[in-house]
Amino acid sequence: MTTVWIVVALVGAATVACKAAGPILLGGRQLPSPLNAVLLLLAPALLAALVITQAVGAEREIVLDARLLGLGAAVIALILRAPLIAVIVVAAAVTALARAVG
Amino acid sequence: MTGSRTESRYRDGARRIVPIAVAGGVFAASFAVLAHASGFGASAAVVMSATTFGGSAQFAAASILGSGGGIAAAATAAALLNARYVPIGATVAGEFEGNPLRRLLEAQLIVDESWALSRTSEGRHDRRILLGAGMVMYCTWVGGTTLGALVGDRLGDPNRYGLDAAFPALFLALLVPQVRTRRALAAALGGGAIALVLIPFAPAGVPIVAATAACFLGWTRL
Repeated sequence: MTTVWIVVALVGAATVACKAAGPILLGGRQLPSPLNAVLLLLAPALLAALVITQAVGAEREIVLDARLLGLGAAVIALILRAPLIAVIVVAAAVTALARAVG
Repeated sequence: MTGSRTESRYRDGARRIVPIAVAGGVFAASFAVLAHASGFGASAAVVMSATTFGGSAQFAAASILGSGGGIAAAATAAALLNARYVPIGATVAGEFEGNPLRRLLEAQLIVDESWALSRTSEGRHDRRILLGAGMVMYCTWVGGTTLGALVGDRLGDPNRYGLDAAFPALFLALLVPQVRTRRALAAALGGGAIALVLIPFAPAGVPIVAATAACFLGWTRL
């Protein structure tokens, strides 16, 4: 029980610090432009990494499963310019269907 | 009428996050179930959701403790998973104002989903959209954990409903409008490739943090 609470406290404190570091240290001021040029590209790099890790990532291995079918359906929905909610629902529905059938 | 426009941006963020916040709530419930199996009391699971508010780190910590891992292993894995919030926080830092305490509290509403939704087409972040979305996500996250702690494992595996595919779909949908320039496209391809290559070798969380190295393409001429 105590072990659990120690982990809860440590992880909570580390996360609060990670999230607040940027806004507290850099908050409310204009950043020098070389730093800005780099920060502008952080979002596409991070988003792409999130797509990859969430779509094919597992515990230290790459797993190709029904998530990819859902993501493929999401790509089609995006090409058809479907709204965000439709893209998300289609991805989940196709993945669920593939798992139900498979 | 700046006031009403301001309000509508909070509401805009809140409205747009709803589908993903619902999926998040179901995952939070399954976190509570896993945490219970790993020896967490209901209050510890809810407190962790309220203070850490980061899905992957919570799942990692609970599963490591559940499989016999120690405090150091569980806390390190979770901290690595949430280390990405340092660069993520840096991208929105310019939009956060007010005293440090206010910035500290508002920054806690930064999660992948609220951050990604708040990105504007000019490459900035809308703080109000982030806070509106983050608030809704926080409510379903903590609420889902509470529900999961109460009703237990009657929910079943959230992956059965394909909810695990909802998250990459969201991030892809938000990535597409970001890659309008060649540099942005190169950063996305580079970040994705770094993550893909590292998944089999590095602990979870590290591939995402390492992928941020692709942003140094900002210093090249591309």
